[in-house]
Amino acid sequence: MSAKKYIYLDHAATTPTDSKVVQAMEPYWYQNFGNPSSLYALGQRANKSLELARQDIAKILKSQSEEIIFTGGGTESINLALKGLIHALRPQVPQAHLIVSAIEHHAVLHAAQSLRKEGTEVSIAPVDADGLIIMAQLAAAIKPNTVLISIMLANNEVGTIEPIQKIGVWLAKLNQTRLSKHLPKIYLHTDACQAAGALDLDVQKLHVDLLTLNGSKIYGPKGIGVLYVRRATPLIPIIDGGGKEKNLRSGTENMPAIIGLAAALKIAQKNRLKENARLTKLRDWLIKNILQTIPKTILNGHASYRLPNNVNISILDMEGEALLLYLDDVGIQASTGSACTSATLEPSHVIRALGRPYEAAHGSLRLTLGKSTTLKNLKYLMTKLPGIVKYLRQASPVIVDMVELNQSIKDAPKKIIDL
Amino acid sequence: MAKKITPKNKPSKKSVSADFDIVPNGSNESWLYSKVVKEHFFHPKNLVTDASKMTGYDGLGMVGSPACGDMMKIWIKVDKKNDRITDMKWQTFGCASAIGATSMLSVMVTEKKGMLIDKALTVKPQDITKRLGGLPTRKIHCSVLGDKALRSAINNYFLRSGQKHRLVEEQSRIIDKVAKVTDHDIEEAVLEGASTLEAVQKKTKVGIGNPSVIPEVEQLIRFYQEKYFG
Repeated sequence: MSAKKYIYLDHAATTPTDSKVVQAMEPYWYQNFGNPSSLYALGQRANKSLELARQDIAKILKSQSEEIIFTGGGTESINLALKGLIHALRPQVPQAHLIVSAIEHHAVLHAAQSLRKEGTEVSIAPVDADGLIIMAQLAAAIKPNTVLISIMLANNEVGTIEPIQKIGVWLAKLNQTRLSKHLPKIYLHTDACQAAGALDLDVQKLHVDLLTLNGSKIYGPKGIGVLYVRRATPLIPIIDGGGKEKNLRSGTENMPAIIGLAAALKIAQKNRLKENARLTKLRDWLIKNILQTIPKTILNGHASYRLPNNVNISILDMEGEALLLYLDDVGIQASTGSACTSATLEPSHVIRALGRPYEAAHGSLRLTLGKSTTLKNLKYLMTKLPGIVKYLRQASPVIVDMVELNQSIKDAPKKIIDL
Repeated sequence: MAKKITPKNKPSKKSVSADFDIVPNGSNESWLYSKVVKEHFFHPKNLVTDASKMTGYDGLGMVGSPACGDMMKIWIKVDKKNDRITDMKWQTFGCASAIGATSMLSVMVTEKKGMLIDKALTVKPQDITKRLGGLPTRKIHCSVLGDKALRSAINNYFLRSGQKHRLVEEQSRIIDKVAKVTDHDIEEAVLEGASTLEAVQKKTKVGIGNPSVIPEVEQLIRFYQEKYFG
C-alpha cells in the first residue's frame, strides 16, 4: 500500500467517529446488550442508559427528555416530522399546506414531493443570493391551510445560517392571530443536522416545534438521528411496529448508536465556541486566498451568516468533477455541486436557488473543514488548487463572461414555487 | 496543423508530503472509472491547451454548452487524397468520462494512418465506451458528445473543401407535436438514465397531452435502451 496521506475536507458529507464516542459505545455491544424493554436487570440497565442519553440530549436542547425521539438517522427524522405531522392533522385539516425553503436537503424536498402526491399542497419559498430565506416571500407563501414550515438551521452545501429564531418568534405571533380566526396552527420544523456541531440548539430560543439532528455530522456514529417533538405537537408514526419511543418510532433501540450520539453531541456542544473561533479563522483565510489567487471565482453562501467550517466557491470555466478527481490525486477530498457527481445528473439545486446559472453550479467546489484541519493543510491545498484549475481551464473551450454572470445572478427571479 | 501540444501546467504528480494527520486506506484502490478512463483523464491525448494557437486545421466542430454540463470542441486535419483524418485535437469542458471519451476518440480516429472519413462518420458512442473499458451507466451520456462533435468537424471540413454533397445532417424528428418533443429528446432522456415511459415523460413531457404517440415513444425508449445499454 502506498504511504500517501490525505487531507479530508468533506466534513459536511460525514465526519470520522470521535475515539471518545467509540469508547462510550463500547460496553453496549457485548456487556450491556440488553433490550431496554426487557424486564430483567440486563434490560433495565439498558433502559436506564437509554433514558440518561435522552436526558443528556434534552439538556442541550433545553427540552424535556420525553420530547426526544430516537430514529434511524436525519433523513428518517425529517420524514417523521413532515409526514407524521401532516398525517396526524388529516382529520382536522384534510387538505393541508406545507412550506419548505428552496435550499432544503433532498430529505425534506423529496418528502415534500411525496406528500404532494398524496394531495398535500406544497410551496417552495425562495432564498436571496446569499441563501437567506426571504421573509416577505415566506410570509406571502402562507395560506389559510398552512400547517407546517420546514427550514434548515444551516445549509449543508453553502453553509448559510437561516434566521430560525426570527422565524419562530414571528410565527408564534402569527399563530395567535390565526387562532382567533380559527385557522390551524403553523408548526415549525428545522433540520439542524449540519448545524448541530456549531450552533446553539436551544429549542426554546429557536421557537421550533420539531428539530432534526443526527450523529454522522458531529463525529458520532452513522444511522442514528433525533427528532425533538415539542409537547402537544400532533404526530403519528411512519413506521408501524411494537411501539417504542412513545409509539412514534418502533424497532428495538439502537443502543450503541444512541449512546454514541449523546456522547458526540455533548463533546461538540462543549467545544463549540472555541472550535468555531478556530474554524472561522481558517475558513476566512481559505475563502480570501481562493478568491484572491484564482480569477473568475465567486463565493456561494453568506459571507458571515455562515457555518464556521464551510467554504463553497464557484470556479468558472471548468467542471467540478474533473477538479475533484485531480484534487483526490494529490490527496485532497472535497465535494462539488456539479451535475456529473449527482445521481440525477442535475446540478446542485442549492446553488441554482441562489440565482447562480448552471455554469456556476457545475464549477462549484465545497471544502468543509473539521477538527483535524490545520492551516498547514489549507496551505498545502493552495499549492495545488490554482495549478489544477489553470490546467482544466486551458483544456476547456468555455469562457464565461463574468459581467453577464453577475448580472444574471442579480436578475434571477426569486419566486414562490407551488409544487 | 499546430505542433503536438503538451500540457504545460499539469499538476505535479509528486506524492503528498508525509506530514498530514489522517492515515490513508490505500487511496488508489477504488476508482469510479476503468484504468483506461483514468489514464486518458490524467494524461489526455491530443488535448489543446491553447486554442489561440490552433491554425492550419481542415475542420472545426463544437457541440454542447456549459449549461448542460458538457461542451466539446474538435479540430481535424484531413489527408485529402486518401480521404483520411490524420490528426484530431480537442478541448472539453466536462467530467472525467467526457474528457476520457474525447481523448479516446482522438486516438481511435488518428491511429493506423488515420480513419477514413466515411468510417469516422459512423463512429458510435458505444464504440468509444467499449475502447474505454466501459463507463458507469449514468456516465454514458457524457461520451455521446464526442461522435457528434466529430461529425460536426467533418461537416465543417466538407463545407470548407467544397464537398457540400457529402454533408450529413443530424436528424431529429418531431414525435409529439403538442409537447414539441423530438426523437432526439427521447434519446437524451434515455441516455440520462430514464428507462421507463414514466421517467422519460418526467424529463420530456412527451405524450402527456397527446397519448396517441405513446406506443411510438415506448418503441423509441426500447430502441435507445438497446442502442446504449443493450
